[in-house]
Amino acid sequence: MDMIDQRIDYYPTHEHEGLKFRKGKPLPFGATMVPNGVNFSVYSSAATSCTLVLFDKGAHAPFAEVPIPEEFRIGNVYCIVVFDLNYELLQYGYRMDGPYDEKAGHRFDKSKILCDPYAKSIGGRNTWLASPNWDDIYPYRALLAFEDFDWECDRPLEVPIEDLVIYEMHVRSFTAHKSANTKYNGTFTAIKEKLPYLKELGVNCVELMPIYEFDEWEGSRKHPQTGEQLVNYWGYSTVGFFAPKAGFAASGKYGMQVDELKTLIKEFHRNGIEIILDVVFNHTAEGDHRGHTISFRGIDNKTYYMLTPDGYYFNFSGTGNTLNCNNPIVRNMVLDCLRYWASEYHIDGFRFDLASILGRDPLGYPLSNPPLLESLAYDPILAKCKLIAEAWDAGGLYQVGSFPAYGRWAEWNGKYRDGVRKFLKSEMGLVGDMSQRIQGSPDLYAFRGPTASINFITCHDGFTLNDMFSYDYKHNEDNGEDNNDGANDNNSWNCGWEGPTDQEAINALRRQQIKNALTILMVSAGVPMLLMGDEMGRTQNGNNNTYCHDSELNWLNWDMLKKNNELFTFARRIINFRHAHPVFRLRYHFQHRDYVGSGYPDISFHGTKAWYCDWSATSRVLAFMLCGRHAKQGTVRDDDIYVAMNMFWEHLDFELPQPPQTMNQERPGAVKKWHVSVNTGMPAPQDISETGKEPALGDQHHFLVGPRSVIVLVGR
Amino acid sequence: MVTVSTVSGVTVIALDGSIDSNTVPDVQKQVFEGIDGKDKVVIDMKKVSFLSSAGLRMLMLIYRQMKARNGKVVLVSVMEEIVEVMKMTGFINFFVIADNLDAGIKAIG
Repeated sequence: MDMIDQRIDYYPTHEHEGLKFRKGKPLPFGATMVPNGVNFSVYSSAATSCTLVLFDKGAHAPFAEVPIPEEFRIGNVYCIVVFDLNYELLQYGYRMDGPYDEKAGHRFDKSKILCDPYAKSIGGRNTWLASPNWDDIYPYRALLAFEDFDWECDRPLEVPIEDLVIYEMHVRSFTAHKSANTKYNGTFTAIKEKLPYLKELGVNCVELMPIYEFDEWEGSRKHPQTGEQLVNYWGYSTVGFFAPKAGFAASGKYGMQVDELKTLIKEFHRNGIEIILDVVFNHTAEGDHRGHTISFRGIDNKTYYMLTPDGYYFNFSGTGNTLNCNNPIVRNMVLDCLRYWASEYHIDGFRFDLASILGRDPLGYPLSNPPLLESLAYDPILAKCKLIAEAWDAGGLYQVGSFPAYGRWAEWNGKYRDGVRKFLKSEMGLVGDMSQRIQGSPDLYAFRGPTASINFITCHDGFTLNDMFSYDYKHNEDNGEDNNDGANDNNSWNCGWEGPTDQEAINALRRQQIKNALTILMVSAGVPMLLMGDEMGRTQNGNNNTYCHDSELNWLNWDMLKKNNELFTFARRIINFRHAHPVFRLRYHFQHRDYVGSGYPDISFHGTKAWYCDWSATSRVLAFMLCGRHAKQGTVRDDDIYVAMNMFWEHLDFELPQPPQTMNQERPGAVKKWHVSVNTGMPAPQDISETGKEPALGDQHHFLVGPRSVIVLVGR
Repeated sequence: MVTVSTVSGVTVIALDGSIDSNTVPDVQKQVFEGIDGKDKVVIDMKKVSFLSSAGLRMLMLIYRQMKARNGKVVLVSVMEEIVEVMKMTGFINFFVIADNLDAGIKAIG
């Protein structure tokens, strides 16, 4: 009590069962360390009383329950400072009393101890899949988090979004397999150990699938036939929005997950790699009226959830409930949360799961000007963070191209995925569509620019790239739902045999298709995103919805790196190629004209005949040329690029346009020549050259492009 | 709990027992008295049976105190498990760690 003589009124005024306390401050919400004590603050619009429940770490019964005196309530906020608490051992929760009236939307139950919606750290699932105490009267326990991490000079990297190559990763899947050979497999620490690999691959942004505290045991069950334990593996079901997943931290059992995650982020930043979090603000882990009461339902059901007129839960998320995001209280919680992650964890950006839900009003109607999305777009603290929407929801809203963007939001471009997949399997009538996709989808993002388009062919939802060319149909029997779950419209093609085969011709075609996909992804304007493991042919045995498997079905098998080194080398080189050529990394759309005086437009389309593209329905061929002088609006000089994509099943002779012969001050009179960077129709190592070492093309006027092949030429 | 001595001009702070949130307030007070005005400090952790996150945070405070006056601090005889946690949580980056007291004194000299 050395500090009570300071000119701050932090001295106790009340006492209850030996605990000293006083009236607290309403802001910030949550538990905050203050001199000699902890300030607790929690909001409820309809509670009639609130009791603070205090535990020693791991103790079955609380050591104190402090009814917060009515005179401590300010508006609808209960706030209290409790003195002389042990910061490290303290676990806290609330009991809320109030009406239980389903029709009115109230489900108060003072027999439940509730987790703080603002808990910065949560205990109870500290070690991944460790058997929980099912009889715990308070299973998910709010903890204090220290905020004394020494970041030194670290800050978010603020890499321009068009320069990113994103790698979508599940924390556990990346290193849980024994072949990962890390010290603490499946943890944040293990990812740090694998940083050299990510650098070698060349990605400069990692998007982590959910790392907010979730319960892997939620909805767990045994597979009806195989008896396999199925769990909530992906974690798209949040218990606490402010707390990192303790079970992903090797130090989770010591309660140090906050420091471990920050250490990982700091190390990523030191290596030039950004971190984007996949955040799930559309629903919580409490499910519908049959679900557990963990926090929100018992604290203020009516505020936090979208409710039907009968008081049941709207289910736009497909998971039981829907967070009431455009309620002003919830909107502020989302803002507080993201600001916390951006400022306290130095997170570089966020990808919002089922983001269209965030644009619905409390009755579920889509809003034309959703306040939450607008607030996020204009937020002063999030101003440099990447904001990426999954622009649809499970309630039928599909907003790819029309998501309310306020000049800030990018989208997972589902139309890119679908168009490229169809084109790759030689469907007809896609040349026009493809011409848009490789330009950053100006048909969808005319005013938002190509940086609105996160281009991807695969992501955690759906087939891996390997499986996309190995299976015509999903094979989700392992999920125990009779193959009824998961998408049916995969636009995949098994190349002649369903599943693995020894037939070398089929395997060669599959490898070639993977290379085609990687090439198209890396030469497209927009922001490319790769799925973890696609660079080494990761398979899920045809399962396109592996949300419930903590097994080799999801874990990255690092032995594949040796087996499929050809793919890894290709992926590494094509990523490097994109980084080396600013002409691919557009901030603004192509203008289809020459505005730098090179004599060539910034982009031109071609076919088997130069300067003539066959747009007809039966065409499966598209070629384009990028003029290097137009790179970054003509502010940097790059090589010229020619890409020809032949998705026809025969060889085709492509007439090449001449590379722009612009004035070359370093080499006056020099004639530019085409050099071969990529030819997926050739076996390795002739499939791709190292950047800068591309061999000159013998015949500068024609190129025989193989069946289902992509070539990339560099003019210099 | 805390023994302060001087060996070859280096201040040696020997810690003993469990360093956790219950013991940290006292230990920290004694350590800070011991390092007051000193610019070469070795923290001997040979007899530390347990170090919780509060203990790690105390080490950080010692480091910051020493850094603020351009002093040096070395940890010696640190249990393997503690070193591992320090690696996971980044604390390791701030400390020089030596195998034993002699090596620690050498490292700082």
